[in-house]
Amino acid sequence: MKDLIIPNDRDMGTPAKTGAPVTLEIDGMAVTVPEGTSVLRAAAEAGIQIPKLCASDNLEAFGSCRLCVVEIEGRRGTPASCTTPVTPGMVVHTGSSKVRKIRKGVMELYISDHPLDCLTCSANGDCELQDMAGAVGLRDVRYEAPENGGMVNHFEARNTSGEANPEWLPKDDSNPYFSYDPSKCIVCNRCVRACEEVQGTFALTIQGRGFDSRVSAGNAGDDFLASDCVSCGACVQACPTATLQEKSIIEMGTPDRSVVTTCAYCGVGCSFKAEMNGDELVRMVPYKHGKANRGHSCVKGRFAYGYAHHKDRILKPMIRDRITDPWREVEWDEALSFAASKMRGLQETYGKKSIGVITSSRCTNEETYLVQKLARAVFGNNNTDTCARVCHSPTGYGLGQTFGTSAGTQDFDSVEQTDVVVVIGANPTDGHPVFASRLKKRLREGAKLIVVDPRRIDLVKSAHVAASHHLPLRPGTNVAVVSALAHVIVTEGLINEEFIRARCDWDEFQHYAEFISNPRHSPEATAMLTGVDPAELRAAARLFATGGNGSIYYGLGVTEHSQGSTTVMGIANLAMLTGNMGRPGVGVNPLRGQNNVQGACDMGSFPHELPGYRHVKGPEVRKVFEEAWDVQIDAEPGLRIPNMLDAAVDGTFKGLYCQGEDILQSDPDTKHVAAGLAAMECIIVHDLFLNETANYAHVFLPGSTFLEKDGTFTNAERRINRVRKVIPPLNGYADWEITQMLANAMGAGWTYAHPARIMEEIAATTPSFAGVDYALLEEKGSVQWPCNEAHPEGMPLMHIDAFMRGKGRFIVTEYVATDEKTGPRFPLLLTTGRILSQYNVGAQTRRTDNVVWHEEDLLEIHPHDAEVRGLKDGDWVRLASRAGETTLRAKLTDRVSPGVVYTTFHHPDTQANVITTDYSDWATNCPEYKVTAVQISLSNGPTDWQEDYAAQAAQARRILPAAE
Amino acid sequence: MSPEKMVHMANQIATFFKTQPGGDQAARIAAHLTDYWEPRMLDQLHAHVDAGGKGLDDLVIAAETEIVKTHIRA
Ligand code: SF4
Ligand code: SF4
Ligand code: SF4
Ligand code: FES
Repeated sequence: MKDLIIPNDRDMGTPAKTGAPVTLEIDGMAVTVPEGTSVLRAAAEAGIQIPKLCASDNLEAFGSCRLCVVEIEGRRGTPASCTTPVTPGMVVHTGSSKVRKIRKGVMELYISDHPLDCLTCSANGDCELQDMAGAVGLRDVRYEAPENGGMVNHFEARNTSGEANPEWLPKDDSNPYFSYDPSKCIVCNRCVRACEEVQGTFALTIQGRGFDSRVSAGNAGDDFLASDCVSCGACVQACPTATLQEKSIIEMGTPDRSVVTTCAYCGVGCSFKAEMNGDELVRMVPYKHGKANRGHSCVKGRFAYGYAHHKDRILKPMIRDRITDPWREVEWDEALSFAASKMRGLQETYGKKSIGVITSSRCTNEETYLVQKLARAVFGNNNTDTCARVCHSPTGYGLGQTFGTSAGTQDFDSVEQTDVVVVIGANPTDGHPVFASRLKKRLREGAKLIVVDPRRIDLVKSAHVAASHHLPLRPGTNVAVVSALAHVIVTEGLINEEFIRARCDWDEFQHYAEFISNPRHSPEATAMLTGVDPAELRAAARLFATGGNGSIYYGLGVTEHSQGSTTVMGIANLAMLTGNMGRPGVGVNPLRGQNNVQGACDMGSFPHELPGYRHVKGPEVRKVFEEAWDVQIDAEPGLRIPNMLDAAVDGTFKGLYCQGEDILQSDPDTKHVAAGLAAMECIIVHDLFLNETANYAHVFLPGSTFLEKDGTFTNAERRINRVRKVIPPLNGYADWEITQMLANAMGAGWTYAHPARIMEEIAATTPSFAGVDYALLEEKGSVQWPCNEAHPEGMPLMHIDAFMRGKGRFIVTEYVATDEKTGPRFPLLLTTGRILSQYNVGAQTRRTDNVVWHEEDLLEIHPHDAEVRGLKDGDWVRLASRAGETTLRAKLTDRVSPGVVYTTFHHPDTQANVITTDYSDWATNCPEYKVTAVQISLSNGPTDWQEDYAAQAAQARRILPAAE
Repeated sequence: MSPEKMVHMANQIATFFKTQPGGDQAARIAAHLTDYWEPRMLDQLHAHVDAGGKGLDDLVIAAETEIVKTHIRA
């Protein structure tokens, strides 16, 4: 199963086009290609490889190397085939003696300024310059340095008499993952174009002209690390030579095979080729046929996989009786029977419902499915939840109520056809980088952007991208702003009545229209509250309603509020009001934080829903699973994560199996979480590292990384992607096997032999997955659910002719201020987020070289707020809320508005969640991470809590030396 | 869970449904509570109502009455 045939990912030279068919003749062969295609690509389609150096099929043709010249009948000279579009009836000769001679001359020139150390070069065997020298039959190089004329090359540091060569530049090794060796550069410009066209960062330029031209990162004097480079790796991949090269390849050599798999970081779900040398992973390269990423990646997926081999990784099971004891390494059998008897014992003493599970959205679908099955079928209760609780549960509720399903409505390709994009409470360049690159590409083509965010995120203004409108609202006022946008659209008559009449419940719409037209929702009336300029808001609403295809992308800045679910409904209202639904370029798109948030929700890990979003109260649904599993299923919903912790403090919840999730660090109100964990009698942590939650655990089951197992992830566009085993599990077992062993230790009798068997069970029980199986995934690469008889190949777009629930529902969205209010003691609002190089609680990324970009969490403060408190950039500040206090360093910036402070939560020492409170979304209990009233003041170092915490953590992490 | 937290959560739900059209708010709150609250949370609500329902929105109290009618107490 692992040896999937990788579809041809040959470089076709120039991008594919979609025009009307054009037929031409190349070397006597008739070729038909879409209008706009280059001659180079047309030849490649016909199987003819024209030599090329500066062209690549992910970049617009540039025409600088002149290696791809051809002869065209009736045209003078020898045009470059990469920049020449096909015309009907054109007759092309690609291999005449004339063009061969030109190509040889071109190569001779290149090679004369290139070191001839191919055998020891890190790109040996993986170098297009080498390939082309072979292809054109270059046998000798006649150019020689003129005698006494100085040196005319870039690659020798000194001449034979020891004088320094002013043209020679040293290697730039500042980036931890790739190196830049200017001596091997052929100035083909591919890297520069990749950074511009693919990544959209514009970090690279060509400095100088002619012989003096050099690739340069940032301004003169910058190295890669100091430049704007975000280390996405696109330039490295584009480089035809060893100039830009992964350090892993330099160290380990070139790969000999590859396995296609899926990134385990964010919800974009990029496909990668894991390139192997023997059984060693030497490089991850974004996979060209990956439908989410189309050959692009970000620094995390591309480079930050080294945590798999980090020394902190735990590979042996461990147990202990009390959390004050040191850990004791044991064999799997002992750990599992210890865990099983503890859990069963708790159920005997405290009742069936006294234990539960938490799964992570980092786990595969198959793993998540098994973990919720463990709760429902083996524990006999519905106490199963997932960390999606704390991020996108309001999406589930809000979109479920309005459209009938929580699913995002589009695929990522849809962004290529959008005209107006609204980004609300999301920071794609950091959180969803590859989507951001695709979005920026569309913006550079002319689409308009509206950003609704308290912070001036990068998208608001960056290289060649600027938002038409930025609405910097006060944290906690999303509903007021979204309602004001709707107010403008309705009262100014900008609605799409035809769509609403055809697709939505008209009575509900009329009620809604009356509600939203009330002047109290106008931008002018709410400006005091939201802090948003009413004129700007009106302009934004008009643009969205009238600017063509309008799409909305939103993130955790929408959901993680007391009114998270209400804002999601408001967003759905905006899309329905303007008829932006059911075709490419429009829609409502939740940007999911972690890789498998979508899948975790689909797989029934919420306590009230069986797989496929079906409430446990439904007897027909329970029957499906009762028959499949041969058990009784509880008809009452189970506990959600915050409820589990509350029940633990109350003494009725005693045991927890926590797979791949670090609730102590990631959940709000750390002190409350710690109290809940401390009150439990058996916590089983199943993870890669001794995470923060493990400080309170009694059993540690070592987990496997995404490189070590088979399974599937479902990304933010509902795309089910395969995860393939690349190396054997270092801990001995894949995670699904461990859950199965635990279940069996508790008497389950499960016999899954492969995750494919688990997927068969999912398909058999869950209608939206009925058509999914591993064979289909092998064949198609990926599919977007629903995938069943009605949609055998899945569904890229949802709600095309009708909403999933039938008629779309307009729901009244009254703004209710959060109870988290600023006042004299806590006058500022804290909001939280994430940055590009780190991922969630940072357990993985902190254990890679990504730390060079983010050593610690910083508190962003507006200079005005800092000044009145006497704070300077870099000062330690005490950050306090009614829940607790912590310290971290200040960063003064006007990205945040006065009155607002901002931080990330990637580092456990910061303990940002000591500050966040236990307020939560009214419908789903999704915590209100994004709004906390705080005060800041100068401090001289860590708080007592931070120090106590560090001491407790050090104590709890002790491991006894293995018994001899 | 502290009584204040339970009351806060229940009232938040009532606050939303209060803004919705129709005359069946109590029933909708009751449905939301039975759909999402685990029985021991509902028990806590029942106990709180039995003890006078301090701090609870009237609609929550009405909803609790509905729940008692339709839902067997754990
Ligand atoms: S790694 Fe990415 S951002 Fe950095 S220079 Fe290369 S293409 Fe640009
Ligand atoms: S660094 Fe590589 S891609 Fe960039 S110009 Fe030089 S040879 Fe071309
Ligand atoms: S972290 Fe997200 S954007 Fe980056 S490579 Fe992984 S899936 Fe793609
Ligand atoms: S490949 Fe066409 S000019 Fe370089």
